[in-house]
Amino acid sequence: MKEFLLVFRRDFVTREVQPSPEQLQNMMKPWQDWMGSLGAQNKLVSSGNRLASEGRVVKPSKAIINGPYVEMKEAIGGYIIVKANSIDEAAELAKGCPVLQIGGNVEVRTVVGADDNT
Amino acid sequence: MNQQELLPHLFRTEYRKIISVLWKRLGIEHIEIAEDIASHTFLLASETWGQKGIPKNPTAWLYTVSKNKMLDLLKHQRIFNENVSFELALGKTSAQEIEIDLSDKNINDSQLQMMFVICNPCISVQDQICLSLNILCGFGSEEIADAFLTNRESIYKRLARSKEKLRSAQIKIGLPPQVEIDKRLDTVLTTLYLLFSEGYYSTSKNEPVRKELCLEAMRLNSMLTENEQTNTPSANALLALMCFHSSRFEARADKHGDLILYEEQDEALWNKELIQIGEYYLNRASHGKQLSKFHLEAAIAYWHTNKTDTTEKWENILQLYNKLLQIEYSPVAALNRTYALAKANGNKVAIAEAEKLDLKDNHFYFTLLGELFKATDHEKAKSYFQKALLLAKTDSEKQIILKKIERC
Repeated sequence: MKEFLLVFRRDFVTREVQPSPEQLQNMMKPWQDWMGSLGAQNKLVSSGNRLASEGRVVKPSKAIINGPYVEMKEAIGGYIIVKANSIDEAAELAKGCPVLQIGGNVEVRTVVGADDNT
Repeated sequence: MNQQELLPHLFRTEYRKIISVLWKRLGIEHIEIAEDIASHTFLLASETWGQKGIPKNPTAWLYTVSKNKMLDLLKHQRIFNENVSFELALGKTSAQEIEIDLSDKNINDSQLQMMFVICNPCISVQDQICLSLNILCGFGSEEIADAFLTNRESIYKRLARSKEKLRSAQIKIGLPPQVEIDKRLDTVLTTLYLLFSEGYYSTSKNEPVRKELCLEAMRLNSMLTENEQTNTPSANALLALMCFHSSRFEARADKHGDLILYEEQDEALWNKELIQIGEYYLNRASHGKQLSKFHLEAAIAYWHTNKTDTTEKWENILQLYNKLLQIEYSPVAALNRTYALAKANGNKVAIAEAEKLDLKDNHFYFTLLGELFKATDHEKAKSYFQKALLLAKTDSEKQIILKKIERC
């Protein structure tokens, strides 16, 4: 089994696509059900963290600008780590992620282990 | 209480106190001496009380005798000569000067410290449980063997091995520093949790021993919640969990000792007082930010103290299992979560989730699938129950599954 990072991204900028507080509240159950499902399959390594929309970006010039996003509208909203036999299996697991229901996407990346030379 | 009841009772409550005080006084390497003195004291009690009658204050009698035995032993030249470290540990050269403090406070402190010594990570969790049973609960190797469904010799070996490990690791007797208490307390709580589970879920049919295991776990857990340093939210949560579970003790077995499933239990036999005590500790557990697996399990057990099915109840149980599985995976939690999912979101969703579980060698898994198909597909349900029957290990499990097949 290998470990994979699932990164959730969504548009935090465009006003029209922002979920209402009520919608966000309603998202709680699908998220918890999805994470619980991964846990029940013994595929969850870390339930990661959720990230607030506020952020700073430090440029090579050491200039600090507002916003977590570098050059695009989509920003990272959170991440978890799962375990799976292959990156394709990990991507299958990501299909259940509720961020997809609000137009977001999930990036699946292989975690490089200490004794991994690839 | 007559003598026949009194001595076993005192053995349960006082043996561990005497051992803890003596052991602490003597140092980690002299556990056997502490055990010998405590055992001899009780032996003498059974002989003397039988002839001369029960003393006015039996507990004080036990303390005085064990104290004198200890002093006698110290006078014995052999020990002084053969064991220099023994002498050093005491820091005194004359037995007369030695204080043996059997005050309530020292007894309590010593017992708490003993729990931390026994639950030291240098011995395996199974060995910690055995040693806790032996030293903190006064269980003999025969009783422990009965609870673990094994023989006396292997328990005896196991106990000797763990004592040797504690000795060679030269564990210092005492509470860990406050900064380490939370982490070390986790190990202690886990041991108590397993001790309780051993009694609650063991397949041994010796009901009195099983009940005693649960009560001992609760007694030790209470010591933690009564001490300021160890009275943490997790310790309270675990005690709440134990109260909720043990409230069903009278309802969960029939007169032959066979298990009665939760759904078929007579609620009138549930102990309301224990449920209330459990609620009290669950409240105390809710202070602070800590959310341990004991909190989640206690909350789940709390919802089970009311049999009425409501969507709210099952949705809550589902979310608690979701959180529990994010902290720690276990096949039981995975199966129970799927059951709660069926109750909260319907069988169809739950079947899809059940099929993702990799538990094909677990009879509870196939029992669950049978339950989920029961209402819609009798044939499928029956075939799953039959698969479960093939995998079931004990007779009482097989009986339960056979009944389910008959009803299909």
